[in-house]
Amino acid sequence: MKLSTLVINIGAAVSMSAASSTVYAAGDTVPVKAMADALHLVMDSDRTIYTRKIVNRLVKKEKVIKASEHFDDDKALVLPAQMFRFGSELVQKRAKKLPDVNFSYSLQSLWPINKQNAPKTKAEKDGLKFVADNKGKNYYTEETLGGTKYFTAVYADTGVAPVCVSCHNKHKDTPKNDFKIGDVMGGVVIRIPIDG
Amino acid sequence: MAYLAYTLTMSNDKSIFMPGELTSGHHQIGVACTACHSESFTDKDVLQNACIDCHGEQRKKPFDSHPREKFTDPRNADRLENINALYCVTCHVEHKPELADKTGLTQAKDFCVHCHQDIAKDRPSHKGMEFESCASAGCHNYHHNRSLYTDFLVKHMDEEDILKTAVVPEKELASVLEEITTYPHDRYPVTPLTLKNIDAPAKVLFKTSEDIKQDWLSTSHAKIGANCSSCHITEIENNEGSKWKNKPDHKSCIKCHDTEVNHFMQGKHGMRLKQGLTAMTPGDSRLPMKSDAKHKQIGCNSCHQAHQYELNTASIDSCLSCHNDQHSLAYKESSHYALWKKEQSGELPKGSGVSCATCHMPRIAVDVSDWLRRTVVQHNQNANLVPNEKMIRSTCMSCHGLGFSIDALADKSLIINNFNGAPKRHIESIDMARKDNERHLKDITDE
Repeated sequence: MKLSTLVINIGAAVSMSAASSTVYAAGDTVPVKAMADALHLVMDSDRTIYTRKIVNRLVKKEKVIKASEHFDDDKALVLPAQMFRFGSELVQKRAKKLPDVNFSYSLQSLWPINKQNAPKTKAEKDGLKFVADNKGKNYYTEETLGGTKYFTAVYADTGVAPVCVSCHNKHKDTPKNDFKIGDVMGGVVIRIPIDG
Repeated sequence: MAYLAYTLTMSNDKSIFMPGELTSGHHQIGVACTACHSESFTDKDVLQNACIDCHGEQRKKPFDSHPREKFTDPRNADRLENINALYCVTCHVEHKPELADKTGLTQAKDFCVHCHQDIAKDRPSHKGMEFESCASAGCHNYHHNRSLYTDFLVKHMDEEDILKTAVVPEKELASVLEEITTYPHDRYPVTPLTLKNIDAPAKVLFKTSEDIKQDWLSTSHAKIGANCSSCHITEIENNEGSKWKNKPDHKSCIKCHDTEVNHFMQGKHGMRLKQGLTAMTPGDSRLPMKSDAKHKQIGCNSCHQAHQYELNTASIDSCLSCHNDQHSLAYKESSHYALWKKEQSGELPKGSGVSCATCHMPRIAVDVSDWLRRTVVQHNQNANLVPNEKMIRSTCMSCHGLGFSIDALADKSLIINNFNGAPKRHIESIDMARKDNERHLKDITDE
């Protein structure tokens, strides 16, 4: 199964960073749920740091630069959601060259500014609703898309900074304008193909 | 039979095997099947790589709104069943020119409907619009859909037809030369040269006229240290030394002007050279060309005369020496040309005149490396041509307001007479964005 090699790679990376000399055997695996949780932990931490230490610090506290959806034209920082999406697109591109690595992820919402980011599959719809209704809990399921079976995990995405909330509430394409800090504003969907 | 076998294995011209005529985009390189079908005729990825090899950069800039990565996400697997957005050939089929429109599109024009059928719900202003009109009205373009987005329309909605500062950007090469890593700094350090420094071999110098020497001396080449050998000495393959070449070609120019030459080879003027074929001649073109120009071979020196590199000639006269269509022939009657003459006579500031190149080879900001962005002349004159809205931001808006630019490019008769007069068509995109913005402002005030 392709997944086993993927998790070994991740494990090896973790062991190297811990300066350990552990050698993994070919059969070692990490459960797919733990794999998705680990991926999400990295994504969510990077996302939080970008929002707090780059966007909120430079835009709100230091007031030295703007963040804008039209970052090229406005010569501004990319928005945290765009940062996340560009990362996801780069992963798609790079993973294609690594035959043993196969996963995808996206940021979605029940109240999307860009309607293409609304949930589409049943797993996405159920998962986004579940994480919004059950704060602190994740949603795990399996689904088949385009003939491939996936393990699909959905994690809540929470408004961590005032800029998240104010920008979403004011945007002209927003379907919801009463978000508060700490609210679940959307979710991260991670998919890993699994053998049937 | 023997003839077919010979053609298949030995001849460079394999067009006899072509399943159907090529579209106007590719007919020039039809003899070189392997330009697109390099390793296989059946592997879609091989073909896709060939498309990207030439069109990749243009597809990405200024912003690709439908990147491949969006569709490799499994959540879009159902969409790929309707329209396989992973491959160029899904929408652009070659060898079937009867199906292709001017943009090379062979899909039904309402293809946006496959993914955006609910658009009227999200954008009430779009209610009742036919999906065939998404692109035909000059509003949306699959690859660069972000170039005329709503906020951009709002930002520029009240601009005058002609802007107060109507000049094109200055190009940069000399000023950023130090930062260009691909420039041969070691061999040709940036330092002014005089006639004493000429480094052509004696037997060549003996036959070189004073005019040629003076021409060279008057150009930037002499001022920044580009000597005779810079262009005339070419490397011999396999590192077996170098030799003097009397008539250097694009392979010499590319040593210092790589961005320009690479762009040139992406366009119709240079695409044959990119494939290692003989240079294009105006006779190869499907556009009206002057009959006495049909056998000219197009290379860098066709427009930029050797040693002189006089840019005014390259901006107008070179173009008009071949192009013979109505738009080209009307240029000298246009107000754009009147501005050009005023700039030349010093009545107007530098960058105020409008030549053929001003619009068709605009000065654009290009990331020439990961570290450097510079303003270069876009030498792929096809890059902003189809659909022509691509010209709005790269060209028109240096001097004109957005609304005027959109309307002018939608008016076919104005294009034929080379923009002699005011636009008679009106495209409603700015009006729609204005209404949308007013609604939004009202919503905020009401809260």
